Amino acid sequence: MASKDKALEVQKQEVPVPEGTEHVRNQRVYIPNTDIYETDDKVFVIADIPGVDEKAVDITLEKSILTINGYVEPQPPEGYALAYEEYEIGDYQRRFTLSTEIDRDNIQAVVKDGILRLYLPKAKAAVTKKISVKAG
Amino acid sequence: MMYRNYYGRSPWRDLEQFQREMNRLFNTVAPSRLRSATGYPAMNIWANEESAIITAELPGIHIEDIDISIAGETLTLKGDRKPEDLPEDACCHRQERGYGAFTRTIELPFLVDADKVKAVFNKGVLQMTLPRHEADKPKKITVKTA
Repeated sequence: MASKDKALEVQKQEVPVPEGTEHVRNQRVYIPNTDIYETDDKVFVIADIPGVDEKAVDITLEKSILTINGYVEPQPPEGYALAYEEYEIGDYQRRFTLSTEIDRDNIQAVVKDGILRLYLPKAKAAVTKKISVKAG
Repeated sequence: MMYRNYYGRSPWRDLEQFQREMNRLFNTVAPSRLRSATGYPAMNIWANEESAIITAELPGIHIEDIDISIAGETLTLKGDRKPEDLPEDACCHRQERGYGAFTRTIELPFLVDADKVKAVFNKGVLQMTLPRHEADKPKKITVKTA
């Protein structure tokens, strides 16, 4: 269990964009609040992505960089005008560098109630490739 | 919480896009029309003459832990976000997601027919539809000549 408890956060944080560039989609992009836990055999990544459909999540692991993309299709209620706004709807994006070797074939990802849960099993030590050097 | 402050029925999405483009053109920073939420969760309110829709992002909250109550023109949303179930030997590298109980009370723009309120929770987003009470709807008064 976590050592310190975190209070609920109201405001979403936007992904900074380098000056002079823009997002491809005409939408804001937020940094999802994420927890990362590790056990002896697994790494857990848990991210809050409210509004994202399970089919609209892109997860890639390239070398040691884990990228999470969640796309939201805003569905403003028809016939209504926005009268008061405290949060904006946007996509989610985040990248992590993993320090542990991951068993890529057995990664599991589940999206439920606006939460993405990623289970990244650690690669077995035996899987590590041994390169034998031959005398020339 | 102050709420009775309408923006009117303008097509905000188009306007916002136009505003963004103008900002880029003039390279200025416009004040955001976002209000800062006074508590968790942040809420958006959509309204027309017949009803209002309130949405809130509540990722990871179980439906049974959401409690909505309406008294007159006041809506109270209560809930509890439970901490994650993890194996005992898990060590924490990063914890950004908060949890705990929350309560938020907001004043509605009109009297609501509490019996007809609908609430849907989907993909971590709560959407409440609050129809205006019949007695509160504006009445048209016909003027007769004497």
